Amino acid sequence: MSLSRREWMTAAAGVPLMLSACGRGRGDGNAIDMWAMGAEAEKLPDLLAGLARTGQPAVRVQPLPWSAAHEKLLTSFAGNSLPDVGQIGNSWLSELAAIGAILPVPAAMTSLVDGQFEGVVDTNRIGNRLMGLPWYVDTRLQFYRKDLFADAGYNAPPERWDAWKAALHKVKRTKRDGYAVLIPINEYEHLTTMALSAGATLLNSEGTRGAFNSPAFREALSFYKSLYAEGLAPIAGAAQISNVWNEFARGYFAIYPSGPWTIGDMKTRLPADLQDSWATAPFPGPDGPGRSTPGGSSLVVFSRAKDPAAAWLLVGQLLAPATQARLQVLTGSLPPTRSVWASAKLLDDPITDAFARQLDRTTALPKVPEWERIVTEMQTVAELFVRGRTSIDEAVRDMDRRADRLLEKRRWMISRDRAA
Amino acid sequence: MTAAHVGAEARAGWAMTAPALTAIGLFFALPALASLVLSFTDFDIYALANLNNLRFIGLENYERLIGNPLFWQAMGNTMWFVVFGVPLVVAASLGAALLVNARTLKWRGVWRVALFAPFVTTLVATAVVWNYLLHTRYGLINYALGGLGIAPVDWLGNPSTALPAILLFVAWKSFGYNMIIFLAALQAVSRDLEDAARVDGAGAWMRFRHVTLPAIAPTVLLVAILTVAGMFQLFAEPYVMTQGGPARSTVTVLYFMFEEGFKWWNLGSGAAVAFILFLCILAVTLVQLKVAKKVGAI
Repeated sequence: MSLSRREWMTAAAGVPLMLSACGRGRGDGNAIDMWAMGAEAEKLPDLLAGLARTGQPAVRVQPLPWSAAHEKLLTSFAGNSLPDVGQIGNSWLSELAAIGAILPVPAAMTSLVDGQFEGVVDTNRIGNRLMGLPWYVDTRLQFYRKDLFADAGYNAPPERWDAWKAALHKVKRTKRDGYAVLIPINEYEHLTTMALSAGATLLNSEGTRGAFNSPAFREALSFYKSLYAEGLAPIAGAAQISNVWNEFARGYFAIYPSGPWTIGDMKTRLPADLQDSWATAPFPGPDGPGRSTPGGSSLVVFSRAKDPAAAWLLVGQLLAPATQARLQVLTGSLPPTRSVWASAKLLDDPITDAFARQLDRTTALPKVPEWERIVTEMQTVAELFVRGRTSIDEAVRDMDRRADRLLEKRRWMISRDRAA
Repeated sequence: MTAAHVGAEARAGWAMTAPALTAIGLFFALPALASLVLSFTDFDIYALANLNNLRFIGLENYERLIGNPLFWQAMGNTMWFVVFGVPLVVAASLGAALLVNARTLKWRGVWRVALFAPFVTTLVATAVVWNYLLHTRYGLINYALGGLGIAPVDWLGNPSTALPAILLFVAWKSFGYNMIIFLAALQAVSRDLEDAARVDGAGAWMRFRHVTLPAIAPTVLLVAILTVAGMFQLFAEPYVMTQGGPARSTVTVLYFMFEEGFKWWNLGSGAAVAFILFLCILAVTLVQLKVAKKVGAI
C-alpha cells in the first residue's frame, strides 16, 4: 500500500489546527472591566447607574465568588488577563504588589484616605507606598446575647481577659446546655486577634522570620487554649456548626466573634422575639480593650489597565462620600471615611458604633505575600496544641520553624537585592 | 510481502496516527516533561512576576516534601484510602454485580440503573446530601445509631471518624461503575460450567470460587488497578465535604498538591508532589500485575 499525495495532505492538515494559539478576545474595546465579589458585585450595577459618567467608558462588572477570588486573581495574572479595576481583600495587597500586578495610587488621589481609619489605611501601604484605596472597612468584634449576659448579671462582656472569662463561666452555668463562645478551630482569625491584643508582632520587623516564640504570643496562645480546655468553646470546625443562627438563637453559645457582614444575617435570620437580645462589643484584651485586625476591601487599578487615568477616575467616583453612603445603604457595608459614618447615622446605632470603636483599635498584620500561608500553618499547629497533641513550647517553636521555612525565598531575595 | 511494501505500510500507519500522536505529544508528554523540569525549580509567585526570581534547586523540593509532616500526613491518608478503600469498593461492586446478575432477579434493568445512579449524579449534590446524613445532631445515620442505643458520632468533625465517613461516601459513589464492568464480565461466564458444577454437587461458594472467579479474574485485576488509581487521586470528595479538615485528617496527596500549586502558587513543589504520586501509582500497578501473573489471572 502506498499513500497518494492527497492522503498525506489530509494527515498533515490536522497538525496546524492543533498548533494554532488562542487569541484573547474582548468585546467593547474601551469599556472598563471591573472585578468585584460578594454583595458589592451584586449591587455595583445599581451604584454605577447613579454615577454621573457621561462621556466616560462603560463599566463591565464581573462578579467573583469570594472563595475563589484569590486564586482567580493569581491565575489571571499568570495568564495575563487581569481586568482594569478590581475589588481586593486588603490582606492580598502585599502579594499583588510584590508581583507587580497593581499600580500605586497617583499622588493626586492620596488625599482620599484623609479622615479614614488609620489601621485600615495602613494595610494599603506597602513599603511606604499607597497601593490601594479602602472601599469599605470591616473588622471582627463580638456579637453577644444581651439576655444571656443579663441572666448572669452582666450588662456587657467585660473588657479584660480574666474578667471576660469569668463572665463566660457564669453565662455557661446559667444555661442548661451548650457553651459560651463559638471559636471555630479551623479559623485562624480568632487566635490572630488575641495575639494582636496581647501585643504580639507575629513576624520580626523585616518580615523574614517568625516571632511566635515571644511572651506576648505565648500568653495569647495559652488564653486561646484555655477557652476550649475549660469547656467555654466547642472544639469544632466551622463545618460542624451547620446553622450558626439556629444555635445562636437556641443559646448554644452566647458570643459569636464575627464581622459587619453578620449584622444583616442577625436581622433576617434570628427570630423576631430575639431582635432586641443581641448586641456588639469590641474584643477584650489582657489588660483592657483588645485589638482586632483591620479588614475590608480596597479598590485597585491593575498594572495592565487599558487606560489607567480612566480607571482611577472611576475609583475616585466610587469613593466619593455620597457614593460611599449609597453603598452602605445598598449592602450594609461600613464606609472607610469617618465623615460618612456621621452623616449615615452609623455612630448613633450602638451596633455599628461598637465597630467604630473597634476600628480605632486595629493593628495591621505582617505585610508579606506568604502571610496567609504562615497563618494557616499557625492554625494547624494551634489546633494540635488545643487537642493536646503538643506542648506550648513545641507549638511556638513549630510555628516559627514553619514560618522560617516559608520565608526562605523572601530572605534570599532580600539578601540578593542588598548585594546588588 | 516485500520490504518496500512493509516500508510503505509503516509510513501509512505513521501518517494515520500522526494527528493523534501529535495531540498526545503536545497535550500530554510535553506538559508531563515540563512539569518534571518544573519540579526541580522553586517556581512560585515571585517567579511568576519575574523569572530572575527562579532558582534551579535540584532535588530540594523533594527533600522538603520528605521533611514536611503535612505531606506525610496526606500520604498516610491516601494510603489509608488505598488499603481500606480498594478492597471495600471491589468487594462491594462485585457483590452488587453478582446480585444483579442472579437468575432469580426480576426488574434487572431497574436495579442496574438504581445502583449505577450514584456514580453519574453530581458529586457536589451527593456530598451535600451525605453531609446531612452524617450530621452529628440531625443526621439520619446518627438517628439510626440512636435507635440502637449508640451515642451520636460527630462523623465529619472528629479526626478519627472523618476518613471512614468519607470512604463510605466514596465507596457508595463509585461502586456502580465497577459493578457495570463486573456485570459485563459475569454475563460472559458460561452457564454450562455453572450448571455442570451444580450437578457435581458444588455449593454456591464453591461455584463462585472455582467457576466464576477464575473466569472474571482479568476483570477483577482491571477493576483493582482502576480503583487504586482512583483512590490515589481522591480530591473532590474531601474538598467538598471537609476542606481537608478536621485537623487536616482528610487531606489527600492530590488535595495537598492542589493547595501547593493553586492555593499557594508553589508550582515547583506542586509538580514534585505530582511526580511522587505518579511513581506511587506506577509502583502499585506493577505489583498488582506481578501478583496477577503469579496467580495466573492474565
